[in-house]
Amino acid sequence: MLTIRDLHVSYGAIHAIHGISLTVEDGEIVSLIGANGAGKTTILHTITGLKKASSGTIEYDGHDLLKTRPCDIITLGMAHVPEGRHIFPAMTVAENLEMGAYIKNNRDEIQEKMKEVFERFPRLRERRKQLAGTLSGGEQQMLAVGRALMSSPKILLMDEPSMGLSPLLVKEIFKIIQEVHRQGITVLLVEQNAKMALSIADRAYVLETGDITIWGDAKELLKDDRVRKAYLGQ
Amino acid sequence: MLSEENTLGDEERTVTDVSLFIQSLINGLNQGAIYALIALGYTMVYGIIRMINFAHGDFIMVGAYTLFYTIPLMVSYGMPAWLAVLAAIVVCVAVGVIVEVVAYRPVRGAGSMSALITALAMSLFLENLAMVLFGANPKSVQAVFNLPMVEIFGAKLQCKYLLTIGIGLVIMVGLQLFVKKTKLGKAMRAVPQDKQASTLMGIDVNRIITTTFAIGSGLAAVAALMYCSTYPRCTTDMGSMMGLKAFIAAVLGGIGIIPGAMLGGILVGVIEIFVKVYIAPGWYEAITYGLLIVVLLVKPSGILGRNTGEKV
Repeated sequence: MLTIRDLHVSYGAIHAIHGISLTVEDGEIVSLIGANGAGKTTILHTITGLKKASSGTIEYDGHDLLKTRPCDIITLGMAHVPEGRHIFPAMTVAENLEMGAYIKNNRDEIQEKMKEVFERFPRLRERRKQLAGTLSGGEQQMLAVGRALMSSPKILLMDEPSMGLSPLLVKEIFKIIQEVHRQGITVLLVEQNAKMALSIADRAYVLETGDITIWGDAKELLKDDRVRKAYLGQ
Repeated sequence: MLSEENTLGDEERTVTDVSLFIQSLINGLNQGAIYALIALGYTMVYGIIRMINFAHGDFIMVGAYTLFYTIPLMVSYGMPAWLAVLAAIVVCVAVGVIVEVVAYRPVRGAGSMSALITALAMSLFLENLAMVLFGANPKSVQAVFNLPMVEIFGAKLQCKYLLTIGIGLVIMVGLQLFVKKTKLGKAMRAVPQDKQASTLMGIDVNRIITTTFAIGSGLAAVAALMYCSTYPRCTTDMGSMMGLKAFIAAVLGGIGIIPGAMLGGILVGVIEIFVKVYIAPGWYEAITYGLLIVVLLVKPSGILGRNTGEKV
């Protein structure tokens, strides 16, 4: 479904991603784990065009993403929940969700989608007229996920959804990711919380300063000594 | 006898006081509606890309010259003169969009100083281009509206002023509804809040910015019509003075905020006329600018502005 081949990305003179390759198959949850600054966010940004690649290819559903305008990528069925949530703080919860469905024109369909999101996140319904900037961190994360679901994506890219949340909310967010996945949405999950990310994923990649060093079945990575030492604190 | 005469004089004075007040208020609101429409252009552009488009005032000049040339055409074809505003809107929108795409877009990533200098250069360019094309002599614009005067409480009011105020109000309310309710309006609010997230939602950020310029320039064309109906004259530098006052109005109300531009515009217009009539005709600009300084000292973000610590 999504195939990245020999991707290089630079920030000026800094060579951030050194030719990584990665695939996500239809229906999978794939986790990309690694320490701060390893380049996980850069990879997601390059997939959705927020960052330009220096070389390599990113292919999704037969489309060359590096040649697609960033604002058109969502129309291909790919939604990105960015790190730090990036909700629209001065808009209401309902308006944020409407922006999530910006590519849709059918009002009934948008209403139907919004109903679905509210069913999944009842807290958002309670607060639908509230400005998104006044929500708590957990509610904002739910809004960010809900907003991404509004576009009816086939694949969801999630960047550090557990960041800054209490352990209880972290569990809740991972439960939501699994539910979303059960509904047939493919997930590429970037996480620092390696334990949680590996426990829900089918396959995983470990990124270390711009290189993929370990990859394979997520359950096996949980038992891998190198992973246990460096990322699971065991 | 003496006391009777006095009473009569007082009554007479009360009547003229009331009528003078009403007349000044209407004149002020007329002036204010024009400023408000121009201020909206400044504030919408500032709101979306945090840039002061100093060439915005010159868009009014472009609109006024378009009116100067197209009103006689309209009249000769037996159409109402005000229909020329459609031509002015087309020309202003075209100029606004070209300026944005050709001059502003290439420097958008280069910092606010580059944008500011580009805008000032664009303003000078438009004024000088107009001087080359239209000559340096002022032009008299034909009457836009042929409307009678009405008398209310002894105040003689120009119907065209009332019309200007009405058009201004309708546009302001319409614009507010547009930004609050429509998809495009919501996208216009989303882009300045988070450009990255907007892109991820599928919003073409550059197109939204260009659309904002187009709307602001279209409003400038309407403002040009109103201005020409009040002062039927156009000069190549008319835009800079009007633009400056409207910019002050936008800052006074809180730049980047649509209701702020309306409030600021109307306040500046009304204050100007009241100072002219009641205090000192020669002082109206000094007092208007003084007021801006006082407001900004007390509330740097403007009357309706939220305190964000950001300096204009």
